[in-house]
Amino acid sequence: MGKRTWLAWALLVALIASACGPAATPAPGTEGPAGTEPSAGGGEVEVFSWWTAGGEAEGLAAMVEVFNAEHPEFTLVNAAVAGGAGTNARAVLATRLSANDPPASWQGHAGQELIGTYVAAGQIQPLNDLYEAEGWLELMPETLIPLISQDGNIYSVPVNIHRANVLWYNPEVLAANSIEVPTNAEEFFAAAATLQAAGLTPLAMGEAWTAMHLFETVLLGTVGADTYNALWDGTGDWNSPEVTEAIEHFAAALDYTNSDASTLTWDQAAQLVADGDAAFTVMGDWAEGFFKGLGLTPMEGFGWAPAPGTDGVFQFLSDSFVLPVGTPNPEGSSAWLTVAGSKAGQEAFNPIKGSICARTDCDPSLFDEYLQSAMQDWTTDVVVGSLTHGVVANDNWKAEINTALGLFLADRDVAVFQSALATACAATGACQ
Amino acid sequence: MRRTRERLLAVALVSPSILAIAIFVYGFIGWSARVSLSAWQGLLPNYAWVGLANYAQLLRDRRFQIDMRNTAIFTGLFLAACLLLGLLLAILLDQRLKGEGLFRSVFLFPMAISFIVTGVAWRWLMNPATGTRLSGLNLLFHNLGLDGLVSAWHTTPPPWGIAFIVLPAVWQMSGFTMALYLAGIRGISDELREAARVDGANELQIYRHIVLPQLQPVTLSAVIVLGHISLKIFDLIVAISGKDIRLDVPSIYMWTITFDANNFARGAAIGIFMLVAVSLLIVPYLSFSGRTEEGT
Repeated sequence: MGKRTWLAWALLVALIASACGPAATPAPGTEGPAGTEPSAGGGEVEVFSWWTAGGEAEGLAAMVEVFNAEHPEFTLVNAAVAGGAGTNARAVLATRLSANDPPASWQGHAGQELIGTYVAAGQIQPLNDLYEAEGWLELMPETLIPLISQDGNIYSVPVNIHRANVLWYNPEVLAANSIEVPTNAEEFFAAAATLQAAGLTPLAMGEAWTAMHLFETVLLGTVGADTYNALWDGTGDWNSPEVTEAIEHFAAALDYTNSDASTLTWDQAAQLVADGDAAFTVMGDWAEGFFKGLGLTPMEGFGWAPAPGTDGVFQFLSDSFVLPVGTPNPEGSSAWLTVAGSKAGQEAFNPIKGSICARTDCDPSLFDEYLQSAMQDWTTDVVVGSLTHGVVANDNWKAEINTALGLFLADRDVAVFQSALATACAATGACQ
Repeated sequence: MRRTRERLLAVALVSPSILAIAIFVYGFIGWSARVSLSAWQGLLPNYAWVGLANYAQLLRDRRFQIDMRNTAIFTGLFLAACLLLGLLLAILLDQRLKGEGLFRSVFLFPMAISFIVTGVAWRWLMNPATGTRLSGLNLLFHNLGLDGLVSAWHTTPPPWGIAFIVLPAVWQMSGFTMALYLAGIRGISDELREAARVDGANELQIYRHIVLPQLQPVTLSAVIVLGHISLKIFDLIVAISGKDIRLDVPSIYMWTITFDANNFARGAAIGIFMLVAVSLLIVPYLSFSGRTEEGT
């Protein structure tokens, strides 16, 4: 009896000790010890992101090195959270923000995904002073600034720029079928008909979000940049005939996609193009890294062009950093944001990540052939925002559009889809 | 004195669990119900009262109607197939063959795998690609000359795409049903069967008139357990088809609307809806089994 009682007490103590142990920190990662130095002119700068693997993590590490060199008085803590392409990180962030424990800065997609979520909740601050002090208003494209602002307040510092409206193609397949790279809808559908007759898949597509990605490029290509912007800022009419035409083009394009699209990821769809099973795919320029990773040579194994109808327009998405309300280290946050928007910081990050600088004065020789052409377009093209990647629509509106799009993929009813888009804008979007 | 002390100890033993369940289960259910009656959209809580507006919107919502249709098809086919297959396997195993232990284990193994693993494996098997990119079961059928069986699997146009998801689910859970039925069959005393044989009944008649009626409680238990699994099915469908709306079910809708769109009020409404749906299944069963236990 004595031995058993002793064992029971030992187990109980062990149980209580484990429960009272150090509470699990909400952001697993390479976190340093908390509260090492006072924050005035020093201290920790905790940077929160979902860049935990591949080019993103390496690019972030390079930018951190620049920060450490320029601001040795701060200790940078990399609080990256893995998993789910950001959904895990955003869930952790939401928990921390509601506990009033924001990091010094966090990563988010520039535009309404950040603004619609965090400005509405009063959790991020405007950065106009910083932009003026650093001269970024002259260095970043003019058409970019309104897309990352609300009511004249700029809310984030874009670090990298990706382009969404890119048509990737297999040059050998096009040459074998005597097809020129299409520049508008008519040429595209003519090429697609030829390819389908030859037994190939004209347009490779993947799962649901790639369908939305295709839709936004078709919409842009059909209605043009001005109408596109108007649709997203509430002044446009979703019930107009231009939008009807865009949806009809989208339906026609869907008829030329592979039947197993919903079971493929974006890179598996790009693989179809690389293998010559498909001729085209519409995907952001992160596909370039994928094609290069397969060992293909630019313009021989794979080629690129602006998506049909979108030449002269740069449909962008961007990872950017914000200044939280109630940041634990205001000077540290500002220092990080300054580095994120600086020439040195962006030149360190972007070549490794495979994207271009948001600034227009980065050194082109650091970048490869595709990125150099993208940098050229970034300085000259009209900039519009991507829907799928969080620039033009907040999360709620985007989810409504996603549902409408999913239903359209099932029944291909153009009128129902159009009215659902109009309803989504009125209920959750800018048309209120 | 001793009785009171025992009583006190009993209460003390159970009270932490009761407290934990009261707060973390029933308290949070109540809070979810409160959120579902509010207008909370976005990161900042907003408890403005909107009555049953969220539920009304759900019932009008086309996506939710698809969810309910998919759940109905999936549940009906899943229950029928699991029960039939489980019963068949149990009857076969009841023949007291050699190697019964081996077969029993083999049929039960799939239940030990998580739905995610099953989903990923069956996603490969049910690959709907055609032409030069045939793979999975389609390739097998093609190679065997059974081209008639080559199909689009779960990418079949609605409403029958969801029926193909029943295949991995049945593969996983029919072993469990078989185990239930085997226990039930073994629980029927041999004397009854001997008596029937003496009276001249053949094996089929014995199964039909003696064994099956006695398995009704087992069937009920199986229906309850399988039913609540199928009403909440989530990871299997996400593993096979991502967030494809054609195969949407309430749990996936709740997850996307809460965590992708930050629309907590509508997400809570879907959650409470699912809770009520599952309760309609479980509560009558509990009160029925409670009453039968009191009777004995």
